[in-house]
Amino acid sequence: MADHHQEEPFWRRYIFSVDHKVIGLQYAITAMLFLFFGFCLILVMRWNLAYPGEVVPIVGKLLSEEGMLTPDGYNSFGVMHGTIMIFLGVVPLAVGGFGNYVLPLQLGAPDMAFPKINMFSYWSFFVGGIFMLASFFLPQGPASSGWTMYAPLSVIATTGETVWLLGMVFLITSSLLGSINFIATVIQLRTKGLTWMRLPFFVWGQFVTAFLLLLAFPPLEAAAVLQLMDRVAGSSFFMTSGLYVGGEVLDVAGGGSPLLWQHLFWFLAHPEVYVLILPGMGIVAEVITNNTRKPLWGYRSIVYSAIFLGFMSFVVWAHHMFLTGMGTKMAAFFQTTTMIISIPSVIILSALFISLWGGSIRFNTPMLFALGFLPMFGIGGLTGLPLGLASSDIHLHDTYYVIGHFHYVVAPGTIFALFAGIYYWFPKVTGKRMNEGLGKIHFFGSFICMNGVFSPMFIQGLAGISRRLYDGGASYLHAEPVLQWNEFMTMAALGLGFFQFFFIANLFISLAKGEKVSSNPWEATTLDWAATPTPPLPHVNFENIPEVYHGPYEYSMKGGGNGQKDFTPQHESVKD
Amino acid sequence: MQIPYTVTVRPDTGLYNAKLGIWLFLASEVMLFGGLFSAYILLRSGATSWFVGSEELSVPIGTFNTFVLILSSVTVVMSWASLRMNDLKKYKMYMGLTILLGLVFLVVKVLFEYMPKIEHHHIPSSHNFFAIYFVLTGLHALHVVGGLIVNGYLWGPGSKMWDTDPEQFLNRIEVAGLYWHFVDIIWIFLFPALYLL
Amino acid sequence: MDVTQDLKKEINLYLKVFGALAILTAVTVAVASLKVGIGFAIIIAMVIAATKGSLVASFFMHLAHEKRLIYLLLVITLVLLLALFFITYGTIGDQVGVEIVS
Repeated sequence: MADHHQEEPFWRRYIFSVDHKVIGLQYAITAMLFLFFGFCLILVMRWNLAYPGEVVPIVGKLLSEEGMLTPDGYNSFGVMHGTIMIFLGVVPLAVGGFGNYVLPLQLGAPDMAFPKINMFSYWSFFVGGIFMLASFFLPQGPASSGWTMYAPLSVIATTGETVWLLGMVFLITSSLLGSINFIATVIQLRTKGLTWMRLPFFVWGQFVTAFLLLLAFPPLEAAAVLQLMDRVAGSSFFMTSGLYVGGEVLDVAGGGSPLLWQHLFWFLAHPEVYVLILPGMGIVAEVITNNTRKPLWGYRSIVYSAIFLGFMSFVVWAHHMFLTGMGTKMAAFFQTTTMIISIPSVIILSALFISLWGGSIRFNTPMLFALGFLPMFGIGGLTGLPLGLASSDIHLHDTYYVIGHFHYVVAPGTIFALFAGIYYWFPKVTGKRMNEGLGKIHFFGSFICMNGVFSPMFIQGLAGISRRLYDGGASYLHAEPVLQWNEFMTMAALGLGFFQFFFIANLFISLAKGEKVSSNPWEATTLDWAATPTPPLPHVNFENIPEVYHGPYEYSMKGGGNGQKDFTPQHESVKD
Repeated sequence: MQIPYTVTVRPDTGLYNAKLGIWLFLASEVMLFGGLFSAYILLRSGATSWFVGSEELSVPIGTFNTFVLILSSVTVVMSWASLRMNDLKKYKMYMGLTILLGLVFLVVKVLFEYMPKIEHHHIPSSHNFFAIYFVLTGLHALHVVGGLIVNGYLWGPGSKMWDTDPEQFLNRIEVAGLYWHFVDIIWIFLFPALYLL
Repeated sequence: MDVTQDLKKEINLYLKVFGALAILTAVTVAVASLKVGIGFAIIIAMVIAATKGSLVASFFMHLAHEKRLIYLLLVITLVLLLALFFITYGTIGDQVGVEIVS
């Protein structure tokens, strides 16, 4: 096997590759392009929120003949922003990109357990992405019923909805195949000596995430099939009789339940929140331990917390549905489970904070992003508590407060963690370090702008501004006192976009003439750095499969590397 | 570099990769059909009117198909057992029978169940009973089709592997069998839920 | 040979399981033709189906002698499945507001 890889033709090596590293990069690059596209969509929307109905600069001509974003276009953009960011951006980058690239390396495995299925997973994701993009070219535009696709609105919506559902079927298939692969790889391909409690936390994060994807996505697939039937075959799974559309009674048999969609949807979509955050926590744990030069504080407790978090995330979903006429008994149940699930999140976050204590911290760019993650995720998590309690959720539901809350979790939370990961593993992939100066501008600019975008949303939300208004509340009297924030947030969003150019430039500049690094530039202990050449060769992760002798974060340990270094790589046995 | 445990068993888990893989896949399938079942429960308990399955669907045909699938489950497990006894001929016979029974199931399903129903205008848009019937049995039928393709491959061109790598071929038969039994189990639950209740 | 002997026993078992499955199918059809209350009928039908399903799983899919890891996976899956069933069902049963009668 090993001698053949040199002769592989281009398309086998870089396009339909079965090498986990190539697939990881394919995922990462595709996902970053989608993230950029999804961000552009929201910039157009934000422009419209600040200046409703005014001509959008630069891209206006693409939107409508008058050069402005139409109300229908606004709805569609909202859907596609959510869909692209979650299903085509963050998850593929965090799981498909980092998971694929780093996980087998950290496990000391030659590849994923099922390389061909891995390749198929990427291409299924790709086709799903093409479906989503293609829906922009439909005459009536893409899906426009909110990213949650609540029935019955979504059932009577335009063709874009059908394309969205088909695209989702491909994306679900992709993540299903991916998650099977991840779980099998972690269980089966751990190298000798790499016991469960010696796994880096990154691996644990990916492992729990894969379980969530495996078991939570199928009910959404079922729901997507049912909605497709409603739309194509005229069934009434989500439709009640006597619905009026455009002044006429809708001709359906009825007898269905719109709430059924919400249940099946949120059965996926709540675990999906943890799919978004757990890989991010994993990356942050790696970066923080590496740059504090200290073992992770409370390793066992955060591993158990992650497992518990994953399990609990399946039984909290209806806290998204307090306003659907839920009775007090069920509401009490879901409030209780929601409060319980906050405990493991707090344990993990606290453990990461305490890990900083007493460390001699190296403030490089990945560390800055990881440090940025901690308070941002903290704000995101704490602002979620009022949403988990029915009485306060009644006021806050569907306002900008909700938007602020989950964006704090995902944008300055997970995306900062992903940036940390990119800066951290870039040397692994390319053999070159990213530019520190540009990286620091990127971090501080993004940090300020992120907060500029999302913290005013809490103010607007508490004032009762609905999240779905085309004009950002300009036509509502109760919005008047907080309306001026719209322009501020838009400016912050544009600033955020501006600072991302430093990142893009940094990627290319570093790729061309970055500082060349040794094989273990961060002096890390985990196998991905310690036992493999940097950058690793195609199809060859390790010259010899390494053996593991101790835990993942042996920094500043007595006797590390015979006193020569302040760390002990996992594959080096300590001789007395 | 070769991926470990594709054929042999990893000592501490006692599994080879594909076996773990198929069980993970089946776990997700449980959730897929589980989602549809919970939709069925919800729709039925919330509906103002619902049909009695045995009056709208043909119980004899359903019973016949249940027997067909159970029998095919036996033949597929026999084909695996024959292969473990190094009897490729018997394996081919039992696997062939399995495929045949799968085809019988599909033909009966389409000719004697779907077609008459569509003729009588008992289609998804007429009532949710038929909608959930078509979705559940249709998705199940798709799984049967998938199983037939895999079994057909393992019966025909795939069986050449017996000469080159018998151990891995045996694993493949086991894994394909696990999937096929699972499809049978789904039907075991679908049959009473749709036809009898 | 010992292996062949064991396999013969195994095949014998498979045929017995097949017999049990066939009988249970006949029973469930027969019971359905009796006019019992719907609640009772559901319980009987599902108990029989669960029995048949576990027969297939334990012997044909040889779950009766499977590794701990597989059990763990299936237990997790079943717990989540039951959560999906019963929590959604409970939510539908616990609704506030006025019933809309057309």
